[in-house]
Amino acid sequence: MPSPPRLLFFLAGMAGLTALPFIAEWLGVPAATTLATSMLIYGIAAASLNLALGHGGLVSFGHAAFLGLGGYVVGILYHHFVSEAPVFGWFAGTNQLVVTVPAAMLVCGLAAACIGALSLRTSGVQFIMITLAFAQMLFFLFVSLKAYGGDDGLIVRRRNVLPGLDTRDDTTFYFVCLVIAAGCWWLMQRFTRSRFGVVLAGVRQSERRMAALGFTPYAYKLVAFIVSGMGTGLAGALLANHLRFVSPDMLHWTKSGELMVMVVLGGVGTLWGPWLGAAALVALETVFAAWSENWQIFLGLVLLAVVLLTRGGLDRLLRLMSGRRAS
Amino acid sequence: MVSPPPLRGTSLAKLGRNGGNRGTLVLEQLLNGVQLGVMLFLLAAGLTLVFGIMGVINLAHGSLYMIGAYAGAVVAAKTGSFLVAFPTALLAAAAVGMLMETVVIRRLYARDHLDQVLATFALILIFNELITITVGRQPLFVSVPPVLNGSVELLPGLKYPAYRLAIIAVGLLIAVGLYGLIQHTRVGMLVRAGATHRDMVRALGVDVRLLCTLVFGLGALLAGLAGVMAGPILAVQVGMGEQILIMTFVVVVIGGVGSIRGAFFGALIVGIVDTLLRAFLPSLLRQVMQGSEADALGAGLASMGVYLLMAVVLLVRPRGLFAVHA
Amino acid sequence: MKRRDVLIGSAAALAIGGRAFAQTPVKIGMVTTLSGPGGYLGQDIRDGFKLAIDMGEGKLGGVPVQLVVEDDALKPGQGKQIADRLLKNDKVKLFTGIVFSNVAGAVVPDVVDAGAIYVSPNAGPSNLAGKECHKNYFVASWQNDNIHEAAGQAATNLGYKRAFILAPNYQAGKDSLAGFRRFFKGAIAGEIFTRLDQTDFAAEMAQIRAADPDVVFQFHPGGLGIAFLRQYQQAGLLGKIPMVVSEASIDNVILAALGDAALGIYVGSHWNTDFNNAANKTFVPAWQKTYGRPITTYAQQGYDAALLIASALKATGGKVDDAAAMRTALAKADFQSTRGAFKFGPNQHPIQDWYMLKVEKGDDGKPVLRTVEKILTNHSDAYAAQCKL
Repeated sequence: MPSPPRLLFFLAGMAGLTALPFIAEWLGVPAATTLATSMLIYGIAAASLNLALGHGGLVSFGHAAFLGLGGYVVGILYHHFVSEAPVFGWFAGTNQLVVTVPAAMLVCGLAAACIGALSLRTSGVQFIMITLAFAQMLFFLFVSLKAYGGDDGLIVRRRNVLPGLDTRDDTTFYFVCLVIAAGCWWLMQRFTRSRFGVVLAGVRQSERRMAALGFTPYAYKLVAFIVSGMGTGLAGALLANHLRFVSPDMLHWTKSGELMVMVVLGGVGTLWGPWLGAAALVALETVFAAWSENWQIFLGLVLLAVVLLTRGGLDRLLRLMSGRRAS
Repeated sequence: MVSPPPLRGTSLAKLGRNGGNRGTLVLEQLLNGVQLGVMLFLLAAGLTLVFGIMGVINLAHGSLYMIGAYAGAVVAAKTGSFLVAFPTALLAAAAVGMLMETVVIRRLYARDHLDQVLATFALILIFNELITITVGRQPLFVSVPPVLNGSVELLPGLKYPAYRLAIIAVGLLIAVGLYGLIQHTRVGMLVRAGATHRDMVRALGVDVRLLCTLVFGLGALLAGLAGVMAGPILAVQVGMGEQILIMTFVVVVIGGVGSIRGAFFGALIVGIVDTLLRAFLPSLLRQVMQGSEADALGAGLASMGVYLLMAVVLLVRPRGLFAVHA
Repeated sequence: MKRRDVLIGSAAALAIGGRAFAQTPVKIGMVTTLSGPGGYLGQDIRDGFKLAIDMGEGKLGGVPVQLVVEDDALKPGQGKQIADRLLKNDKVKLFTGIVFSNVAGAVVPDVVDAGAIYVSPNAGPSNLAGKECHKNYFVASWQNDNIHEAAGQAATNLGYKRAFILAPNYQAGKDSLAGFRRFFKGAIAGEIFTRLDQTDFAAEMAQIRAADPDVVFQFHPGGLGIAFLRQYQQAGLLGKIPMVVSEASIDNVILAALGDAALGIYVGSHWNTDFNNAANKTFVPAWQKTYGRPITTYAQQGYDAALLIASALKATGGKVDDAAAMRTALAKADFQSTRGAFKFGPNQHPIQDWYMLKVEKGDDGKPVLRTVEKILTNHSDAYAAQCKL
């Protein structure tokens, strides 16, 4: 079980997030709900990336591949659901969220297994670059897939459906994402405390020592990479539903960079960091873009200040401000 | 109305009709590959040194290329002289590079790669927006220096733009110069030592700080050189650095981090492979499948080519072709 | 939960209906690309649109308007987020501005599903012209294929028999080659898809020279087009092998850079600065006076989109909340376009004339685009039949 203060934080956060759509409505800023949906989805992606990045020490510069792949699974299944032509001439498309999301996770898990199995033969800078290489290959693949819109992307005209719920309503979809995000959070904090998580942390600190203790670091790293890819794929599937659109833009290397920025901004290897980082980056982009057309310079300056002035991102900053020692 | 031009035969496959034509075409494409490779080398040389010696992943290296191109374009437009614009661009890029090193990069040496990625990502945003604010959004143009405006007939039937030949020449000269600098001077010795045994060099009392600033400045200067030379070929525009940045990383990794020799051969390999794939893959595919689809598929595969190459190289030699660490 | 919406909505309707608060400006949301390599396209669209507002002293069609411009950074997700905020928080009912088709794909469905109206000043992707067409979606520019069809027709009219065609390997690039082929009656001597982020075309130049075609058609928008033409010139091909392009590949900005070397290039276009109609004679000098930089078709499209919106605002008295009335007014296209004749087809995309332009020496010795002849009359698009409105 989570420790009492952590549980308290979690419950307070959940209460606030549950009330958010109603408060937004009351304040006359209903778009805050969809903004929060984006934050939650990117939070899932960043938290999943953090699993590889922070806990496994696997600096992947290609996680946009899983985000995009997850999105395209939803997009392609929907495309075939509408056109009624079977996918690869084999099985029917669908618009059921309970099918598309697990399918996206499965596909991303397989992709992560292939990419991870090869990439993990390298380490350090080479690992960063080889993950980037695989992501770029997928990017160019989807750009040249004429059947699925190529660079123009695929429009998912109607969100995937859930029995008994109207997912087309933005507030309902927000709660769907909130429940999934909360589930992810809970799994992550269980994961880091599990035997697997502890061994993984050991591998990150000293591979040789763990090998001497009889563990196979490669297997642990690979599993962490696969789980991380599946989580990012889940986020991609939700994002495709949220945007009702997928395009190769989701696989571009700058998107991988953005996900990385979220994790580092929030705090690498922390439980709350990625969620904070994702929320902060999405919020900053929105606020600055509304404020000035040269918004990117302000975003750049803020990011630079955070990385130079705080060691450990927002998570650390909050801890310092609340007077608690960093663990 | 315009009178129709004379008919010139309607056969679809004039390309490769006779061996001589095809031979010069391959040669010309090889030259194109070398020219692209040389540009990539100028960028990769700086990046690989910064990588190797300081252990910094600098995503903003492309911004220095952009700054070189912009400085060259603006000065050329003001003075009308490429001869003035050229050194100004190099100095501008080197100055911005050294400023960047002292203000930001220096604080990142002790950090992990992630902090470096975040900080240099922020720098990209800042530089792009600064250019937009100061110069504007319209792309700029630089004319080819009049001396280099024509084509040179290298072989009978093989004409090649003089400006591109000049780029190749400059690039090769720089490669030789860098080789001399690194292999035969004291600074070069420190750079080599820094790449392999960073802590040891520090322990020996070398002013590593100054060395880092100088190396960073040199890398920035080379990036600026690539930028100003690219000006007359490409459109000088915001974001041009990011377009070439990823290719440069591919070169660095294929060649082996920290190795100038690796950067040189890596750049040539990447430049030639990329150009040849683009040039000949679609027509090869046309032999086995239908025209338009072959073109699209060929273009798609050619785009992936260098990344596939990098993945294969890393799987066979995880530290690159010319790894500096034994 | 929706009660507050209804209250605000009816209050606004009352206010406008009663004319008491008629001076409350109508908000127009402009989601456009202002950063990155494509930034100058969005800037011209925005400035063209603004010019029309400034010329009406803050009003379009006699109705005060407030233009809210935000940068989508060429990211579909960002564009959607902006549109969502403007729709829900600011209750914007009228949108325009998008430059790129992929951003349009993400933003347009949201806007029209929310009951707001979108008027496109540039992107007209095929899916939104055909199956995905919508009663609240109007295109004031052209369907994407049109500009290339015009180039194909121009090449046919000029009597060329063998064309070498090139475009980037992405959807708009493939559409461009398909559009050219649709109206080009000769044979294709070679076809190349260039890489999306490719800026060096040396390999392609060599292949063009080897194929020795009658004419080259290429589509490389924005900075890519500049790079392509310069390298075509440096390879010694310009002037040797004629080139026909669509209006996206050559404009007055590129022309200024190429100088005399561009003489003789043919362009298929829906508009040119020398068009002899009253609206154009107002627009061209006004642009030059206000901005002093070369006019592009993007500027003209932004200006024309504003004129179209102005006509609808005038007809409805600025009641943008009444979507049905706005639709009826927009569909009439009751405005004097700078391009001359303009009306909407059944899919609410333009039916208009297309022209062949040629780069010639102007009075001051600098190259200019001259209109040669009309090549397509009342031209619609290939997807209208798939649209069921």
